Amino acid sequence: MASESKIDPMHQFTVEPIVPLHIGAYDISFTNSALWMVLALAVITAFMATGMKRQLIPGRWQVAVEGVTGFIDDLVRVNIGPEGRKFVPYIFSLFMFILVVNLLGLLPLAIVPGLHAFTPTSHFSITGVLAVVSFAIVLIVGFWKHGLHFFSLFMPPGLPLIGRLLLFPIEFVSFMVRPFSLGLRLFVAMIAGHILMEVFGSFLVSGLNGGVGLGLLVSLPSFILILGISALELLIALIQAYVFTLLTSLYLSDAINLH
Amino acid sequence: MATESIEAARLIGAGLAAIGTGVAAIGVGIVFGQFLNSALRNPAASDGQFPRLMIGFAVSELLGLMAFTVAILILFVV
Repeated sequence: MASESKIDPMHQFTVEPIVPLHIGAYDISFTNSALWMVLALAVITAFMATGMKRQLIPGRWQVAVEGVTGFIDDLVRVNIGPEGRKFVPYIFSLFMFILVVNLLGLLPLAIVPGLHAFTPTSHFSITGVLAVVSFAIVLIVGFWKHGLHFFSLFMPPGLPLIGRLLLFPIEFVSFMVRPFSLGLRLFVAMIAGHILMEVFGSFLVSGLNGGVGLGLLVSLPSFILILGISALELLIALIQAYVFTLLTSLYLSDAINLH
Repeated sequence: MATESIEAARLIGAGLAAIGTGVAAIGVGIVFGQFLNSALRNPAASDGQFPRLMIGFAVSELLGLMAFTVAILILFVV
């Protein structure tokens, strides 16, 4: 019964090459994932360029840009302190990239046959690289600034020796698992929302195919649910971008200020 | 017969793994509920604690997402 119209929620995440390109044994094709990242770059550039005219009396657009930059500036100042100012560009680009990629992936382009929005952040290869870059910056800054004293991060001060011996492995593991948890959180949150929308979307379609009674019984509630889930997903896209940047700045603060 | 029962066991396992998302939902609810509880007592201090709210949310949400990942891995990968 279920096999004739089986729902395939994972199909939307397939990476398809648009311009096949091979160098040696490596496949560096221009994929739909790359296309959506380029689109995100174009959107961010347009957003920033139109708002950075340095007018004395800011227009609406400049106020929007200043809102975002001020938000990230505040976040870094509160969480890292005055030394964090030089990390504002990195954290700002991280926030904008994740936010715009998440939001572009929610565009309802599938109304047009053959087109569908793709979310690069729903792949662990993308979020994992972002997380590893953040983690590498934390390590480099920590060792650059404190040398081997950086390892005192794993040794909370004011503990007796037995407490330190117990706490060192726990702190070490919780430090080493950070890039993994950082990347996993974003990628799974994105994948979960898209699967949810796909499942309810296919409920809607198969309910409509089943006639008026089934349509009213199944499709109408699914449609209302999809509306709610879409609103929730917009919120999740924002929260996940915020959480990623917040945790990155907290880890940076650990590396800069130690304890 | 054998493959069918393995398939059934796989689906049951995925369902059991999905329980974890519900348990994490309780945790997230506690985080936001406690925040609201204390924010309403002292609204002036609540804005400054928003990042901490988000950290608590992220940490407890991660475990639910991990349970979801296990369910998806059982369903689609293994």
